[in-house]
Amino acid sequence: MKLKEYYHSVTLRKDKCRGCTNCIKRCPTEAIRVRDGKARIIAERCIDCGECIRVCPYHAKVAVTDPLSSIERFRYRIALPAPTLYGQFKNVDDIKVILTGLKKLGFDYVYEVARGADYVTAFVKEALKDPNRKRPIISSACPAIVRLIQVRFPELIDNIVNVDSPMEIAAQLARNEFCERYGVKSEEVGVFFITPCAAKMTSIRNPVGRKESSVDGAISIQEIYGPLYSQISNLKEEDVAQMASPFGVGWANSGGACLSLGIDSYLAVDGIQNVIRVLEEIEDEKLTDLEYFEGLACPGGCVGGPLTVENGFVAKNRIRKLSEKARGRPVSEDELREVAQKIQWRLDEKILPKPVMKLDDDIVEAMKKMETIESIYESLPGLDCGSCGSPSCRTLAEDIVRGYASEMDCVFKLREKVKQLAQEMIELSEKIPGGRKETEGQE
Amino acid sequence: MAGGYYSIEQVFHIKAGDFASAGEASSQIKKTLKQLGIDSTLVRRVTIAAYEAEMNLIIHSIGGELKLKVTPQSIIVTAEDKGPGIPDIDLAMQEGYSTAPEIARELGFGAGMGLPNIKRNADRLNIQSKVGEGTLLEIYFDIKAR
Repeated sequence: MKLKEYYHSVTLRKDKCRGCTNCIKRCPTEAIRVRDGKARIIAERCIDCGECIRVCPYHAKVAVTDPLSSIERFRYRIALPAPTLYGQFKNVDDIKVILTGLKKLGFDYVYEVARGADYVTAFVKEALKDPNRKRPIISSACPAIVRLIQVRFPELIDNIVNVDSPMEIAAQLARNEFCERYGVKSEEVGVFFITPCAAKMTSIRNPVGRKESSVDGAISIQEIYGPLYSQISNLKEEDVAQMASPFGVGWANSGGACLSLGIDSYLAVDGIQNVIRVLEEIEDEKLTDLEYFEGLACPGGCVGGPLTVENGFVAKNRIRKLSEKARGRPVSEDELREVAQKIQWRLDEKILPKPVMKLDDDIVEAMKKMETIESIYESLPGLDCGSCGSPSCRTLAEDIVRGYASEMDCVFKLREKVKQLAQEMIELSEKIPGGRKETEGQE
Repeated sequence: MAGGYYSIEQVFHIKAGDFASAGEASSQIKKTLKQLGIDSTLVRRVTIAAYEAEMNLIIHSIGGELKLKVTPQSIIVTAEDKGPGIPDIDLAMQEGYSTAPEIARELGFGAGMGLPNIKRNADRLNIQSKVGEGTLLEIYFDIKAR
C-alpha cells in the first residue's frame, strides 16, 4: 500500500511558511528543502520527530492529530493518557484527578499508558536475560528513534528490542478489560491516545514492527488541555483508580525506562542530535559494555514533546513528584505470563531498513554521482547559508546530482554568473560591426 | 571506464596528536560508504578498522595520510606515515600489546587492541614498516556480489 507507506503526521501549512532556513538546518535526516519559497518535506526521509515543529518561528509546521470530537465516532470511548499529560497541570497533586477529568470529558474508561509501561518493563527484563541478543538492546518506545534507525542506522535494527511500546500494550489491555467488564463488542469501542508527539500519531496510522495499531486515534495534549483543565478545576471527587507504578509514570522523563529496569549498564539519551551521536558510537562498536540504550527524540524525553503545553523542565519535576505518590505495583511474573498470552506484545513484523541516503542502487552509478558531488561541492562557497533551500553546500551538491536543484540555486554562483555575463556584454558592446570602420568620417 | 573498472578515492591528512579531530576521517568514510549503498555490516567493519587506523596515525605516527579507495569489487583503506615505524610487527599485532604514550592512555586509548581489531574486521591486511622510515598499512575488504 503506497499511501500507507508514507503517511506522516508532520505537515506544512503553506500559507504560514515564509521559506526561511530554520527547519532545513535542524532536520536530523535532511528531509526538508525550500523550493519556490516554501518548505517541502521529503516523505521517505521524514521520521516525524517533530524537530521542525519546535523550531519553526511561524508555526508553519504542524502535526496532524485527531480532534477531541472524533471520539464521537464510537459508542464507547477509552482514553489512554501518556504519562506526560500528568505534568501539564499546576496544583494537581494526585494523578487520579487527571484520570477522572478525562472521564468527565466523555470517555467511558481511562487506562494509563504508564501501566502499559510497567508491562513493557517486565517484558524487557525478560529480554535482557537472553545472552544471545545483540547488545546494547535498544528501546523501541520512541517511534521517531525507531524510524531514525531505519533511515540512518540500519545496522542497528536487530538491536531494537522486540517488545512493543507502552501505548500499544495499554491499548490492548484497556480494550480487553473494558469489553470483558461491560460485555461490549470490540468494534463498538474506540481507543484514543493522548499524545505529546507527532511520531505517535504516525505510528498509529503506519506502525513499524506490527501490522496494525490497536489504537483508533490520537488527540494531542495541546488539543485536550483547555477542556481538561476546566474539568479538573471543577472536580468534586475522584472516582478513577490509579494503577501505574512510580516507575511507569517516570517513563515520561528521559531515563525513566532505564531506571525501572534496575540494571547498571545503561545509557539514556534525549534530544535527537544527541541520540544520533551516541548511535554513531554504538554502530562503531565503541560502547561495548552497554546493556541497554534508551534514546528519546525530544529534549528531556516525552515531557519535551512538541505537542505539549507546559515547559518540559517544569513538567519533568512535576512528574517526578507525582510518580512518588503513584500507587501501582510492578508487574509480577505470574501477571506477566497471563498477559503475554492475551495480547500481542511482540513486534512481530520485520523492521526494514530504509536506506534513503544512498545515491544509487548500482555501485558504479553511485560512485560516478559521488565524484560529481565532490566536484560540485568544491566549487560551492562552503558557507552553508541555506539560501538555496538545501541545508548545506554539500546537500545542494547532492540535490543537483539527484536532479532536484541546479547550480544557479546558489546565490553566490548566480552572482558569479551575472558578473561573467555583464563582462561579456561589455566586451560585446565594444565590438564594432565588420561593415563599419573604426573611426567614422576619416576617409 | 576500460573493462568496467571504476574507482574513487578520498584522502585525509592526519596530524600527530590531534585528538580534537580524532574520528573525523573515519566518520566521513562511513558516510561515503553509506551513500554508495554498501551493505551496512560491511560499512560497520570498514568504519571500525578505519577508525583504529586513524587513531594509530594520531597516537603513534608523526603524521600521515588515511586513504579510502572504493572499486565495485573492493574497499581498501590505506594508512601511510613517515615514521617512526614499528620495530616488531608480530608483537604489535598481539592483543593488549601497546606502546601508546601516557597522554593517549589518559584519554582512554592505547589498550593494545588497535591492530588486532583492524585484523579482525578486515578480509586481508598488508603491513610494511621500517624503523625511521615509516609504516604502510593496507586494509582490504571484499564487496560481495548481491
